[in-house]
Amino acid sequence: MNTRLKTLSKGIIDVSPLMIPVFPFGIIYGVIGMDLGIGPYMTLALSIIIFGGASQIVLLQLFSGGASSLVILSSVGAVNSRHLLYGAVLSEHLSTLKLTWKIILSYVMVDQAFAVSNTYLKKNFKDKNKHYHLLGAGFTCWTIWQISTILGIVLGSVVPEELGLSFTISLTFLALLINDFRKFKNIIVMLVSGIVATIGYNLIPFKAYIIVSALTALGVATLLTLTELKKR
Amino acid sequence: MHWSLIVYCGVITFLTRFTMIFALKKDIFNDRTKKILSYVPAAIFPAIIFPPIFLDNSGYLDLESNPKILAAILAIITGYFSKNIIATIFAGLISYWFLIFFYF
Repeated sequence: MNTRLKTLSKGIIDVSPLMIPVFPFGIIYGVIGMDLGIGPYMTLALSIIIFGGASQIVLLQLFSGGASSLVILSSVGAVNSRHLLYGAVLSEHLSTLKLTWKIILSYVMVDQAFAVSNTYLKKNFKDKNKHYHLLGAGFTCWTIWQISTILGIVLGSVVPEELGLSFTISLTFLALLINDFRKFKNIIVMLVSGIVATIGYNLIPFKAYIIVSALTALGVATLLTLTELKKR
Repeated sequence: MHWSLIVYCGVITFLTRFTMIFALKKDIFNDRTKKILSYVPAAIFPAIIFPPIFLDNSGYLDLESNPKILAAILAIITGYFSKNIIATIFAGLISYWFLIFFYF
């Protein structure tokens, strides 16, 4: 087999197990999009244009709460700030690629693709076709995300409102944090964020509660990191 | 929702992924910055999780007759022990349905 195709398939295979939780998340997203009444085309358009579960949900939640565009954009930006880290970590592997490659790979660099491809790229530092791994992993995520969104859109038109599916937003994000439950510092950061958001929901103007609580919690995270480093 | 808002959100999301890949030749972040950025999900997701659980439809704190709190606690316990994303979601959802149909 052609080495590029081989690397591409390796990316697809490596990321596949991580698609198991992504699939129901995509369905939930599609159902919620329909539930909030933005219609099937916009629900799908968000998945294609934004292609980021957390960003899409934040956009929907703030939009339905009547937030302004500026608040929505800054909150989406905050949710996405972790990608700066991913980009920086991967940059040394991708710096020699053409601009078109960088654009395509950036579009598909989601959490799951980053996780598996970062490991692969480190191990296969010298292989000049190693970026095909990220392409395979990224487009697997993309395909699964679009299919599950469409399924959610179809289901969203038949699921009764009484099932309280909006609660699944909270549950889904809660589930994404399970690896943080065992770390004491992360629990502190999570509580700060959640409590500031709950109190600030009505008090902070312009529905800016997500960005305000995120920044407060990141401030606490910074303090915790600095005190930890000082101790060493 | 206006299409331009969707496009802007798409552009912001893309730029956060693209900027560093485009601008850097190698990783410039020090360990401290990385450590802080690793807290981003823990700092943001609870802001999305908490308000819909603790606040009722009119935005008031509801701690007494609130099945979501109990269901969320069961989901957290499930997540803590199983470390399984799907099990966590379903534990929360099923206990929530059970509570609203039988108790609340």
